[in-house]
Amino acid sequence: MMDQLLLILLNGLVYGLLLFMLSSGLTLIVGMMGVLNFAHASFYMLGAYIAYTLSTTMNFWVALVVAPLIVGVLGAIVEQYGLRAVHKHGHLAELLFTFGLAMIIGEVVQLIWGRMPVPYRVPPSLDFPLFSIGGTAYPAYRMFMVGVSLFMFVVLYAALARTRLGLVVRAALTHPDMVSMLGHNVPRVFTLVFGGGCALAGLAGVIAGNAYQTDPGMALALGAIVFAVVVMGGLGSISGALFASIIIGLVQTVSIGLDMKLHAALGKIGLHVDPAGLFSDVWDISINRAAPVVPFLLLVIILAVNPKGLAGSRSS
Amino acid sequence: MRFVTRAAAAVAVLISTAVSVHADEVIRVGLIDPMSGAFAVAGRLGEQHFRFAIEKANAGPLAGTGKKLELVVLDNEVSPEKSLTVLRKAIDDGVRYVTQGNGSSVAFALSDAIAKHNKREPNRSVLYLNYAAVDPSLTNDKCNWWHFRFDADSDMKMHALTDYLVSQKDVHKAYVFNMDYSFGVAVERGAMSMLKDRRPDLQVVGNERIPMGKVKDFTPYIAKFQAAGADAVVTGNWGPDLSLLVKAATDTGYKGRFFTYYLGSRDVVAEIGMAGKGAAIVAVFYDNIDNPVLKEWASEFEKRYDNTFGSWTAMTSMMMLGQAIKQAGTSDPLAVGKAMSTMTWESPAGAVSVRADNHQVLQPLFIAALDTGTPHVFPDVPLGFRGIGRIDGKDTAMPTTCKFPNAP
Repeated sequence: MMDQLLLILLNGLVYGLLLFMLSSGLTLIVGMMGVLNFAHASFYMLGAYIAYTLSTTMNFWVALVVAPLIVGVLGAIVEQYGLRAVHKHGHLAELLFTFGLAMIIGEVVQLIWGRMPVPYRVPPSLDFPLFSIGGTAYPAYRMFMVGVSLFMFVVLYAALARTRLGLVVRAALTHPDMVSMLGHNVPRVFTLVFGGGCALAGLAGVIAGNAYQTDPGMALALGAIVFAVVVMGGLGSISGALFASIIIGLVQTVSIGLDMKLHAALGKIGLHVDPAGLFSDVWDISINRAAPVVPFLLLVIILAVNPKGLAGSRSS
Repeated sequence: MRFVTRAAAAVAVLISTAVSVHADEVIRVGLIDPMSGAFAVAGRLGEQHFRFAIEKANAGPLAGTGKKLELVVLDNEVSPEKSLTVLRKAIDDGVRYVTQGNGSSVAFALSDAIAKHNKREPNRSVLYLNYAAVDPSLTNDKCNWWHFRFDADSDMKMHALTDYLVSQKDVHKAYVFNMDYSFGVAVERGAMSMLKDRRPDLQVVGNERIPMGKVKDFTPYIAKFQAAGADAVVTGNWGPDLSLLVKAATDTGYKGRFFTYYLGSRDVVAEIGMAGKGAAIVAVFYDNIDNPVLKEWASEFEKRYDNTFGSWTAMTSMMMLGQAIKQAGTSDPLAVGKAMSTMTWESPAGAVSVRADNHQVLQPLFIAALDTGTPHVFPDVPLGFRGIGRIDGKDTAMPTTCKFPNAP
């Protein structure tokens, strides 16, 4: 039982931290620029594909460094020459722009790398079981993923909290007009944040593409859940995004492990329902089957209780 | 001057129509399957097989008949609602033959819509050739005269698969794991009833369904298999829900064996790697069936599409459609459907015949397992399928409750 719990916590942590890497960039972009960037998960996919190409022509470690940079530069170009041009037409235009961009990236990826999953593999140097819990081998690569995400969180947090640029970014999150008045080049900060956010998504793609699967559907699979994380954590809040990601990761893996029916679970917390009565179909669902819906349920609850999210400062 | 150009244009139009009268009659076949989204890989693979199969049918049974098949590809994203929209559009464009395979949920919607359409507009009736949706209901309580199924249904396959599993003395604890929609429910029902009380030392230790295409990380599920002590996983999963599952199993060093329907595709085998040795499939086709024609087709397909030839039912359905059109002498779906109802095709893999009472095709079923040292192996993974068992078409038949409510 202890073994299983530990395993569930580890798996939840890995998945949560992966979500965090995607959502940290997005939360800055959404919080600061007010752009609901639908293409964010596409940059994640791009990161995985570029890393695949680099890791087959050179090696994984080159890919780990270079692929996020390439994706970041692409993101900055998109912001500078695309998003800024449609910015003056309002939020709807920006929304449509990123939506279209997501489709274009999706098609381009299929044109270049084909429609089948590509054989992007974990590097041999990390492809071994690190330790074993209750008979289940735990891959070293997963711990590597945890390490990379935590390192990234520390760097990002330090950059935002300790540097002058971080100060401007944080100020622009809440008072963009004021920051602009004070003589800072806010558009450049926007480009930087957008590019940086995309680079983070790219990095997530580099380390997740080989742990899971690199295929043209991978952006779609994570797109919705990343938005849930960002809204739950509070727009623009890095630590909120971290909390929300880990909560979602844990809740999802824990609920997979619960074979209990919903009426039994409600009974445990003192809510007694008649399993054969009204909504009997709902009470009869076991929690593990509903696991992938749980993040969205959490999102709705948090929005209802506190629309700013866990750690957000802006409610609009 | 203007009159002259107009007249010339009119003549040109006349000539071109006259020419097209002498050209082959083109019979369009609409393939409704996921061409985008999470399951696009499966849909695209189907498309490649249909292009190949139609070419073979045009050169085979339809040669010299003045008729030829042509593929129209329609994307449904495995959504029943979207499928009905594209079906409507296809019918309006004059498509009279529809084929689909990915997702029994889609198949129910299509079968129902086509039955209604044919009742409303008998002059524009549509025939539905289902090549891979295997929920048994489609040829039992929900059967429809205009629907023909070319794959063996889930119960027929489960029957063969459980027979094999029960014969494996080293398997003691089985975990039944499926996707949560009509097909997964059908596989689960079949597995649970057919594994019950077969051998005193064999028990089902778990039974679970996951939402289709939503799970990214399967390691928590593998941990559950492990905790339950399962040494066999029985699954009808397909697409990413299968490849990510086996990948997670490989990553965590899970030792149990997989008993599956759809392990045969190249991307899935690439994911499991050598850990897949011993994993079994039940299918109407596998690599390494010993037959020269099949080998030739497989290598031709592989050369052209750089992919493994495997969606055999695409071939069966198009060959039999061609044969039925030739026999009926017309492309009218009613006459073709009648001809097809009692048809047999002597395929290179064995005799394939249609059951008149429920339009389920009977054909040999194979059990095969991944093994080393087979003639044809997957790229990068030195494993290939080794045939273990073959069941004749007539022995795969199951009792049916079908009474066509709409037989013409």
